[in-house]
Amino acid sequence: MKDATIVNRHSRPGLSSVRPHAVPAVQLHECGPDGDAALQLDLYRKMYLIRAAELLIQKHYPEDEMKTPMHMSMGEEAIVVGICHALKPDDQVLGTYRSHGVYLAKTGETDRFFAEMYGRASGCSGGKAGSMHLFAPQAGLICTSAIVASHIPVAVGAAFANKVAGNGRVVAAFFGDGAIDEGAFWESLNMACLRKLPVLFVCQDNGFAVHTPAAERHGYRDIAAIVGQYDCTVFASDSTDVHALHGLAQDALRAMRKDERPCFLHLKYYRYLEHVGVFEDFNAGYRPRGEFEAWQSVDPLRLQRTRLASMILEEQIRDAEARIERQVQRSLEKAREAPFPEVSALCGGVFA
Amino acid sequence: MRGGVRMSTVMTVRDALNRAIAAEMRRDPRVFIYGIDVADHKRIFGSSRGLVEEFGPDRCFSTPLSEDAMTGFGLGAALNGLRPIHVHMRVDFMILAMNQITNMLASFSYGAGGFKVPIVIRAVVGRGWGQSWQHSKTLHSWFAHVPGLKVVMPARARDARDMMIAAIRDDNPVVCIEHRWLYDVPGEVPDEIDPNALSGCRVVREGTDATVVAVSWMVVEALKAAEVLEKHGVSLEVVDIRSIAPYDGDTVAASVRKTGHAIVADYDWVHCGFGAEVATGIYEQCMGALRSPVTRLGFAEAHCPCTRPLENAYYANAIDIIRAVEKKLDRAEIDLTGEEFYSYEKKFKGPF
Repeated sequence: MKDATIVNRHSRPGLSSVRPHAVPAVQLHECGPDGDAALQLDLYRKMYLIRAAELLIQKHYPEDEMKTPMHMSMGEEAIVVGICHALKPDDQVLGTYRSHGVYLAKTGETDRFFAEMYGRASGCSGGKAGSMHLFAPQAGLICTSAIVASHIPVAVGAAFANKVAGNGRVVAAFFGDGAIDEGAFWESLNMACLRKLPVLFVCQDNGFAVHTPAAERHGYRDIAAIVGQYDCTVFASDSTDVHALHGLAQDALRAMRKDERPCFLHLKYYRYLEHVGVFEDFNAGYRPRGEFEAWQSVDPLRLQRTRLASMILEEQIRDAEARIERQVQRSLEKAREAPFPEVSALCGGVFA
Repeated sequence: MRGGVRMSTVMTVRDALNRAIAAEMRRDPRVFIYGIDVADHKRIFGSSRGLVEEFGPDRCFSTPLSEDAMTGFGLGAALNGLRPIHVHMRVDFMILAMNQITNMLASFSYGAGGFKVPIVIRAVVGRGWGQSWQHSKTLHSWFAHVPGLKVVMPARARDARDMMIAAIRDDNPVVCIEHRWLYDVPGEVPDEIDPNALSGCRVVREGTDATVVAVSWMVVEALKAAEVLEKHGVSLEVVDIRSIAPYDGDTVAASVRKTGHAIVADYDWVHCGFGAEVATGIYEQCMGALRSPVTRLGFAEAHCPCTRPLENAYYANAIDIIRAVEKKLDRAEIDLTGEEFYSYEKKFKGPF
């Protein structure tokens, strides 16, 4: 394929139009000697933070105190952590309404996160934005948006400004495969390729846009092949191994620097929970529970824990997990005790 | 001239806009201008003349035909420190960008805790020579309806210069709607710049018998009406709205309290239009002083037709204003034979 590099492509051509995604073969990438343990633990910690925070949301959401529509990240942890960890701290990211994972991977903090879920003044947007609109500009999270694909052009403009400034920053836009149904995606891809902007397009393909499978939405077979016709580098993977995805992100970032052009990643995963909400929805009839159970064998946290167990002591893993569980529990408790914003804040911030 | 110092210059609205943009681009390297055909040989009716030559293709460039993504592109660039000016040759094309404008630009500052969003969106509106219905809308009330957007419509050269400079320096999204017939209208532009030009109505002609509140091109029509009526002993006050959001209802109310009669000469459809907002403000503030109900003028309740006789009937003009004033003051219709009104064939004969 001219002007495109497809690497690490485990799935068969044409598979993207077939539902469900085939469960990828378990293949833990070989890690280097002991020196790698710190990196592997870091990757695990970041994924564990996302999982632990969302398990806590799952536990407390039925209390109806977190009054914001939850679009859960469970299942995509390896993608967001693999990529965010490969980015430099001052690289920037944008995400969708399903961005708990991106926020937590980029910031590592949970106080402002939980406060926002509870609508408190101490939330990352003072409680005004909720789960779907997360901002952490100091940590490089520009915004997350609830209109599908609407943040992708913003990523392109942000990358344009970075290129003008010559600051070497990359902008990563995370989006689902539903976004590639939108014109904004194609307009943005075209502009980024035309002006050779440092944008990392990250398509997190869970096979569904809300509840409609790709086969009922796509008049083509292979998105990666189509994007490969653009002046950018394309990588595809259906791995849930955070180490593999981290390596793939590093390859992508190297290619972007070397060729001075954007990169498109087509990454498959399985959405564990309902489109919106904290529960399973296998009784809705549009996807069988068996799929979910099959994907559990390649659960990103399970894979990485297995890898770590061969590198460090079980006690060290448990200690890391316990610390994170304490962190999210403390953040949740703080959030519940925090005050709501004053009503006087209602019209504040409409203008800068 | 006073003491050898020039106090003002006569220039057209086109030149006022062009010089304002060039001056700001000279002053501030963060300012750039882009949009469909901004840098082509026609240069947006001449208003972007000379910019690509002086500032180069990185700061003045034509774009793909992607209004929606190019708007988000501007948002991203603005968030990362640039100050974009996005240009649309017709406001009708800007409808393709309504998602970015209303869902992203307008609300960004609110969600991100007062984050600066310094972007100017210029949209040309126009009329004449068979434009039909997709090249002739105005839609200022659509934009002004949304919190977080400033909407201005300069009608005079001095306002075009000052409002464009203020818009570029403002840290919020500003929509500047420019009537292309005004581009040829000359006017006095004082050397001194008004730093608060973005808000406030202006009484552009003082009178005692009735107030015409005019929007954009209708300021020209209102002044013509005032000139004709003066010969027949009727003194018309003309208020140039200038800014749709924020809207300065106090200046309008002060005028109507003085004259007791109000005609809103809008440049858009009347139903649910900006004229209703102005009229409501007048009723709220001047009910006791009104000697007749507020009259609203605007486009006919149809789509803009191509053929000239119907197109002429579609738009309100100076004659409609004169007839409305006569009705309010209970006067017989003036014989307008021999009066020369604006027509596209004759072009504008100024001065303004």
